[in-house]
Amino acid sequence: MHWKRTRSIWEYFIEKCVLINGIACILLVALIFLFLLREGLSVLKYTSPWEFLLGEYWYPVSDPPRFGILPLILGSLLVTAGAILISIPLGIGAAIFISEIAPDGIRDWIKSGVELLAAIPSIVIGFIGMVVLAPFLKDLFSLPTGLTALTGSVTLAFMAMPTIVSITEDALTAVPRAHREASLALGATRWQTIYRVVVPSAASGILAAIMLGVGRAIGETMAVMMVTGNAAVIPHSFFQPVRTLTATIAAEMGETVHQSPHYFALFAIGIVLFIITFFINIGAGFVIQRNKR
Amino acid sequence: MLRRYWKVAIGVIPTVILSSGLALAAGGSLQIKGSDTMANLGQAWAEAFMKKNPGAMVAVTGGGSGTGIAALINGTCHIAQASRSMKPQEIDQAKTKGIVPKEYTVARDGIAVVVNPKNPVSRLSFEELRGIFMGSITDWKQVGGKPGQIVVLSREVNSGTHVYFKEHILRRGNEKGPEEYAPSALLLSSSEAIADEVANTVNAIGYYGMGYISPKQKVIAVAKEGQGRYMKPSIEDVRKGKYPISRPLFWYTKGEAKDLAKQMLDFALSKEGQEIVAKLDFVPLK
Repeated sequence: MHWKRTRSIWEYFIEKCVLINGIACILLVALIFLFLLREGLSVLKYTSPWEFLLGEYWYPVSDPPRFGILPLILGSLLVTAGAILISIPLGIGAAIFISEIAPDGIRDWIKSGVELLAAIPSIVIGFIGMVVLAPFLKDLFSLPTGLTALTGSVTLAFMAMPTIVSITEDALTAVPRAHREASLALGATRWQTIYRVVVPSAASGILAAIMLGVGRAIGETMAVMMVTGNAAVIPHSFFQPVRTLTATIAAEMGETVHQSPHYFALFAIGIVLFIITFFINIGAGFVIQRNKR
Repeated sequence: MLRRYWKVAIGVIPTVILSSGLALAAGGSLQIKGSDTMANLGQAWAEAFMKKNPGAMVAVTGGGSGTGIAALINGTCHIAQASRSMKPQEIDQAKTKGIVPKEYTVARDGIAVVVNPKNPVSRLSFEELRGIFMGSITDWKQVGGKPGQIVVLSREVNSGTHVYFKEHILRRGNEKGPEEYAPSALLLSSSEAIADEVANTVNAIGYYGMGYISPKQKVIAVAKEGQGRYMKPSIEDVRKGKYPISRPLFWYTKGEAKDLAKQMLDFALSKEGQEIVAKLDFVPLK
C-alpha cells in the first residue's frame, strides 16, 4: 500500500514536470515573438511599413539612413529557391535509393553519410564554399566574381539535403509493404512501382520534407554570408551577388547601439524572417497532419 | 548515448563557471574591441604588454570600428579601437548611458586601393575611384584597362574603413553628402576577405588599411583632383599627411583612461609601442 502511494505521488510529480516542460516551450516561443515585436515595430517610428518592405535601398549607417529591405527579401528568396531546386531532385533521389533500391549493406553506409552531412557545422560548409566552390563556379561560368547567389544556393543545398533525405526516407518507409507487393503482383516493374505507387502514397510526407528543407535554407546565416558577396542589390540572375536577410542581421547586429533606428530595423528584419519560417513550418505541419489522417 | 552527453555537460559547466570566476577574481582583465584594420595592431600591443606585465589579461577582438564603439557604449569592452572618429549620434548615445568617451590618437594609417596584379591599371584619380565605387564606371576599359566588368569590393557597414572611404572619396570630405556606394558593391566582412578576393579575382578592386598590403595585390597610385601627383601610400607620406587617403587611428575609453587601460595606453604610445606600429606597416605618430 505504502509502495503504491509513493508511486502515485511520483507519477503525479512526473506528469506535472512534463506539463511544465511543454508549457515552457510554448511560453518561450511566445516571449521571443513578443520581444521581436516590441523591438522591431519601433522601426515604424522612422519609416513606413511600405518603405521598409518595398524600399530598394539599404543604407543603414548613412545620414539619414535608408531602410529598404526589398533587395534583402529577394536575395533570401532567390538563394533559397536555388537551393531547393538543387536539393529536391538530389535529396528525393537519394531517399528513394536508400529506402527502395539500395542493398542492406550499402543502405547503412549511405544513411550514416547523410547523417554526417547534417553534422558538419555550417561555418565549415561556408568555408569550403568560399575557397573551393566560389573560384570553381567563377571559372566554370567565367563570371566576374564567384561570390554569387548560385554559390549560396549550392552551399545551402548541401545543408538542406540531410533534412529532405531523412524525412522523405521516413515517408517512403511508412508506405505499407502490401502496396508494393500488390503493384509487383500486377506485373509492374520495380521502377513503375516506385514512381506510380510508392512515391505518390508518400507525397505529403515528401512535401513536408521539402518545406522543412526550405525552412532550413532560409534561416541559414554564416555559410550564406561567406559566399554570396552581400551586395544589397535587387537580383536579376543567379550569377549576381546578393545579400540575404539573415546575413544582414549577422553582419550588422554587432555594430548597432541598443535602441537606435538601425537596431530596430534589424529586429524588424527578424520579424519578417520569423513570419516567413513560421508559415513554412505551419504549412509543413498541416501537410504532415493531413498525411496522418 | 544520452547519458554520455550528460557526463560531458556535468564536466563542462563547472569548468566554465570556475574559469570565468577566476578570470573575474584576477581583476587584471582588459577587453579591447573594434576596428578590423587595427585588430592585428591591438593584438601585437597586447602580446608585448602581457609579456612585460605578467598577470595582466588583455583580450583583443575585431568586428569593425562601429562594433567596438557600440561595445564601449553597451559596456562590454574597456577600450574601443576605431579607424574613424565617433559620430555625434554615437557620442549622444554614450552620454545617455552616462559615458563620456575620451579619444586618443594611437597611430596613423593610409588606405590602400588595390587591384589584382594581372590588372594593367596602375593609377586612378579620385574622380575615377568615385565613379567606380558609386557604379557609374563599370568596365575597366573606361579607365584605361582591359575590357572586363569591374567587381567592386567594399567592407561591411560596421567598418571604419568603409565609412572613411565613403566620406573622403565618394562624398569629397562632406560627411553629410548624398553619395553612396553602388548597391552592387560586394560587402565583405574583413580586410582579409578583401585581400583574398582581390588576389583571386582579375577584375576586382578593393581597399584596406596599408598594413594588409602584400605581393598578391597591386597597390594603385591615387591622386586627389587638382593635386597632379599620383602616389602610393608610404609611411613617410602618410605621416606628413601628403598621401591623400590617410587617417588617424583612435582608441576610445570611458572617461579618462585609468588603471589597466591607462597602463595599456601608455605602453601603446611609448617608444616600444610605436615601434610595434611601424613593424606592422602602420605609421607611428612620431
